[in-house]
Amino acid sequence: MPDLRRHLLDLRTQGRTAMGLFLTSGFPDPASTGPILDALVAGGADVVELGMPFSDPLAEGLPIQRASARALAHGVAMDDAFETARAFTAHHPHIPLVLMGYYNPVLQYGLDRFCADAQAAGVAGLILPDLPPEESGALEAAAAAHGLDVTFLVAPNTPDERMQTVAERSTGFVYAVSSPGLTGQTLSAHDAIGAYLDRAKALVGDVPLLVGFGIRTAHDAARLSAHTDGFIVGTALIETVERLWDDPLLSDAERRAEVEAFVRGLRS
Amino acid sequence: MLLLTTNRYLPTTMLPPKTLRYVAPDATGHFGPYGGSFIPEILVPTFEALRSAWNEAKNDSAFWNEWRSVLNEYVGRPTPLTFAERLSEQTGLKVYLKREDLCHTGAHKVNNTVGQVLLARRMGRTRIIAETGAGQHGVATATVCAKYGLPCVVYMGEEDMRRQELNVLRMRLLGAEVVPATSGSKTLKDATNEAFRDWVAHPDDTFYVIGSVVGPHPYPEMVRDFQRIIGDEVRQQLAEREGRETPDAAFACVGGGSNAMGLFYPFVDNWGTLLFGAEAAGEGLGGRHAATLTLGTPGVLHGSMSYLLQDAAGQVQEAHSISAGLDYPGVGPEHAYLRDLGRVRYEAVTDDEALAAVQTLSRLEGIIPALESAHAVALLLRTAPSLDAGSVVVLNVSGRGDKDMHTLSERWGNG
Repeated sequence: MPDLRRHLLDLRTQGRTAMGLFLTSGFPDPASTGPILDALVAGGADVVELGMPFSDPLAEGLPIQRASARALAHGVAMDDAFETARAFTAHHPHIPLVLMGYYNPVLQYGLDRFCADAQAAGVAGLILPDLPPEESGALEAAAAAHGLDVTFLVAPNTPDERMQTVAERSTGFVYAVSSPGLTGQTLSAHDAIGAYLDRAKALVGDVPLLVGFGIRTAHDAARLSAHTDGFIVGTALIETVERLWDDPLLSDAERRAEVEAFVRGLRS
Repeated sequence: MLLLTTNRYLPTTMLPPKTLRYVAPDATGHFGPYGGSFIPEILVPTFEALRSAWNEAKNDSAFWNEWRSVLNEYVGRPTPLTFAERLSEQTGLKVYLKREDLCHTGAHKVNNTVGQVLLARRMGRTRIIAETGAGQHGVATATVCAKYGLPCVVYMGEEDMRRQELNVLRMRLLGAEVVPATSGSKTLKDATNEAFRDWVAHPDDTFYVIGSVVGPHPYPEMVRDFQRIIGDEVRQQLAEREGRETPDAAFACVGGGSNAMGLFYPFVDNWGTLLFGAEAAGEGLGGRHAATLTLGTPGVLHGSMSYLLQDAAGQVQEAHSISAGLDYPGVGPEHAYLRDLGRVRYEAVTDDEALAAVQTLSRLEGIIPALESAHAVALLLRTAPSLDAGSVVVLNVSGRGDKDMHTLSERWGNG
């Protein structure tokens, strides 16, 4: 599996802004997740985040809540996420795949078993937004034993000292939440967001910093990632996929082509 | 002195030495393996501010004096401890009812909302949010917000809004905005998700008044400490009535578990008092139910580790109870800990048993209990034969049944 940290540092050296895309496993249906991930790479994704659906996704706005519920309605389980990851990483050995989701399904799967199976599927790292550093010791140990990077988050109200702690504990990158709110929120046009990202960038030191939550367009991406090593788009992709796959007049090939164009358009 | 004919309710293992004082949670909010603080990063500074304000307030006698004076003058405390003469006759026990149903707003919930709103004011928060199941916590929060002129938003499952229409009207009359939670089972779990999402979007000006001993640290401890007045008053009242501070047994219903923690906590160190928690078996343990401590397994929901109704993949399952206040797939982490310690005996009571118990208490004592509280009544009736005749028993009537008339008439018809 590619080393997530090194991959992001290489991109920094090349002067390339890292682009991450988030898609829920099993969304819009189990057979379509894999081909959509392929389209993300064709569109220029540097990192792929595969969401593990959960019944009670606390930090998500409506689109990702809907995606999670839709995947669960298809009966998608952790093994499906691993299978999708395995197929993806075999196909795209140079693109790190990160699993993102809530703690309880991981806990029930068994922390060590989860990390072992993730490693076997070629997964590069983990992001669990409801597992702050205070509660994550056991997961970090299991992840380290299986060569998985762990990413923690910072937010605009995170104090300086804590940003440093988060950076020290993050073995992948640091995920900067753009502003208070849920995934898919409207981005503030305010300058304060740039000042916050500059502060975060200075405090995390050499650790790669990616910003997410509310980035929908190339303009948003350029504005925010001017302060970071890269950006992550989730909700806007989920909404695009939802619109395309719910349109009965489109063929799957047309849908994938539109996804690829959407992703490419984020970097214009 | 134990008045038990059998010891089937006394665990033989896991008993800590009786001289060991029960102290929980620890500094990071853990009750043994349970509790903790599983929250998104955006809420971490909010919770740090909350913990520090709570730690200051709980050591400040001025804070407690103000709280106590509001409870006396506004809520109507202390609530009576009523000797239940005919229920005692029927069961062969000396049954006392702790009358939380007589609190202003009709349930024990207000003990906690007064405390949390005072804390919110102390922290300078200007907007209050809450979740509600049966609507009792929502009404209690809306009430205290009206008293202090604070804007209040209450999240309530769409299904619960239908079942508890009168409480929705009460909240709106009190000036609160009631927002339907339309995801999942459209009940308390989903309303709690929506309240957390609101807080994630408004972490700086808003205070989330959680209604039970659930959620991330410090809520389980804080809500318990606001509710323990129930048990503390019982100690005093029993001393006057029976010449002893501690009963032989205490009964309370458990959804999230705040009225039960409030009654039990002051007796936890006294192993001579048997503690019984009644959770909702719904249609029966083989069907749809809310018996978290009976059939659940440890997991993380709403920011803390506790028992949880979930499938093998860790997806949270929908609970069911005829009583909206018990219709929750989680339970407070301290109950999980007390269960594992063997200190509290938790048993499940079906919808039908609870409905029968509503009638029993209404007809024997002229007290119409909330459907939630009726679960405790049913468990008392079930347990009475194994308690020694004449045992002094306290049952928490956590709320009054007026709010349930719609549910009861649907179930029984109007005849």
